[in-house]
Amino acid sequence: MTYFADVAALARKDILLELRSRDTLPAMLLFVVSALVVFHFSLPSDASATASTGLLWIALLFTALLGLGRAFSAEREQRVLDGLVLAPCDRSAIWLAKSLGVLAFLGVAEAVALPAYALFFGPVGWELVAAIVLADIGLAAVGTLLAAMAAASRARELLLPLLFLPLVIPVVVGGVGATVVEDPGRYLGFLALYDLIFAILSWASFEYVVAE
Amino acid sequence: MIRARGLGRRFGAKRVLRDLDLEVPTGGFLLVTGANGSGKSTLLALIAGLLAPTEGEVDVELPRERIGYLAHEPLVYRELTALENLDLYGRLYHVPERRETIGALLERFGLWEARHQRVGSYSRGMQQRLALCRVLLHDPELLLLDEPYSGLDASAQTLVDDVLAESVGTRTLVVASHDPEHVGPLSTQALALA
Amino acid sequence: MSLRNNRAVLLAAAASVLVVAGFALALFWAPEDADQGFSQRIFYIHVPIALTAYACFGWGAWKALRLLWTREPRYDLESYTAVHMGVIFGILTLVTGSIWAKISWGVWWTWSERQLTLFLVLFLFYCAYFMLRFSVEAGPRRANLSAVYALFGVALIPVSFLAIRLAENFIHPVVFTRDGPQMSGSMFFVFCVCLAAMLALFASLYTNELAGKRIDARLRELREALE
Repeated sequence: MTYFADVAALARKDILLELRSRDTLPAMLLFVVSALVVFHFSLPSDASATASTGLLWIALLFTALLGLGRAFSAEREQRVLDGLVLAPCDRSAIWLAKSLGVLAFLGVAEAVALPAYALFFGPVGWELVAAIVLADIGLAAVGTLLAAMAAASRARELLLPLLFLPLVIPVVVGGVGATVVEDPGRYLGFLALYDLIFAILSWASFEYVVAE
Repeated sequence: MIRARGLGRRFGAKRVLRDLDLEVPTGGFLLVTGANGSGKSTLLALIAGLLAPTEGEVDVELPRERIGYLAHEPLVYRELTALENLDLYGRLYHVPERRETIGALLERFGLWEARHQRVGSYSRGMQQRLALCRVLLHDPELLLLDEPYSGLDASAQTLVDDVLAESVGTRTLVVASHDPEHVGPLSTQALALA
Repeated sequence: MSLRNNRAVLLAAAASVLVVAGFALALFWAPEDADQGFSQRIFYIHVPIALTAYACFGWGAWKALRLLWTREPRYDLESYTAVHMGVIFGILTLVTGSIWAKISWGVWWTWSERQLTLFLVLFLFYCAYFMLRFSVEAGPRRANLSAVYALFGVALIPVSFLAIRLAENFIHPVVFTRDGPQMSGSMFFVFCVCLAAMLALFASLYTNELAGKRIDARLRELREALE
């Protein structure tokens, strides 16, 4: 189908752009490790394991914000987004391609963050990994849409965190819950529900965010 | 082909276009003139569908894939090469025989040698020529050109002249220019914006 | 034009009557609660305000959907006004809830109150709505962005509520006991009157504010036409 061919073409472009400029991904990697080190110093010595789990999720959240802030920077610079919007492809394909890119970046960042976390704090269980995978989908889906919104505004870097944080509170709850509680099933299910609802909503409404 | 009725557009409190009526038949050639800030770019963006009118309406009887729009900015990625940029647009516009078409355009506009260079290293004139390649890539039926001569030296300007000359009759054209000497004779309609 | 005026006046009158009646009933007529005593009466104000806030956000989202569907610019104003009202009622919810918490349990804030926590999240969300509107120039783009965001808002309401319930399993707040809505007949009557009062208040304020904004827009148009 041409839809997926369009998504593939756009995703290829995003990967190429990152390989060329190589600024977003290294920044995310460095940021997440730095954040974990800062958290070591901000946790009192008698803090529980669950507290450090919570901090891991915060680190991931802000790493995602960092990446999302750059998601549309190439398009914004020369108003290239106009060129993409004028193309005959469905505008939601732009969203899908970008989200997949953000998802890939988050995955790489976590591939570095989790070993670092295991080194600094404590062991990483399968529930944490599962929760992270599910959370990433929601963060990428919602974040990409919000990044496009912020890109259309005057106060871009300021606006994105304000739009993003309230919307992802459920993701934090699901993620921390799955890691901490005895039976993670409910929380993983909740994360999946969040992903479903907000991915569909983002996919359907992206058209209205980038085009008039 | 293009019809506008009572078309108006404001940005915040500022009104740029007001109560515009327009009709361009298929195969027509409209020249839009006016000083900077008179709304030429806005009008073209409205016809292209990039902007929505705040008053009135504009109708273009073509799907997006048959329209070519040349903006002030070249709408290409600076970090990618000319070839990569055109390849992307070629895929998005489903251009048949993509490689050959891209090659022919790059040759025609004198960018073949520089095709593997990052667009960020291009001069303004080269970027404009690349933008023209982008616009013609999918062989559009409607060409919307916003200041096509800007940034071009004399030899490149003849390239644009050629494009216009060959498009008359085969394509519908709307060209915005604040310096209409080149275009004047070819156009069939003129609109002067205040 | 006069017909619309009539409706606005009617709504304002109805709202005034209902609010006065509701307050009077809540303060004087409703039976005293066995456990909590006099302080329980704030429930008659707090919960209707909260429900009205939800109604505002829902109404705003409905208008947002209409905007995206029909692309008629008037829905933008209507959606914005509804969300605006929703934030006002939301602030009132937080304030009355806080007062209730102070009276009942001696603390100004408690995370164990699910409604209150939910409203805090929503309050943040819809404040960002205003930041969004403030940083985009007026026009079709701003209308679209606001509408999409308003729709995300109503999707967030149930999801957040679910999240807050799930969070209680590991956040372990100090649990306060509180009587739920096991209301006697007369209590329910008072509650309904207050709910009707708040909804009427919303309708009245909404109609008025919308009329005011529309007049502003018309004035601007006329001024421009004269230039």
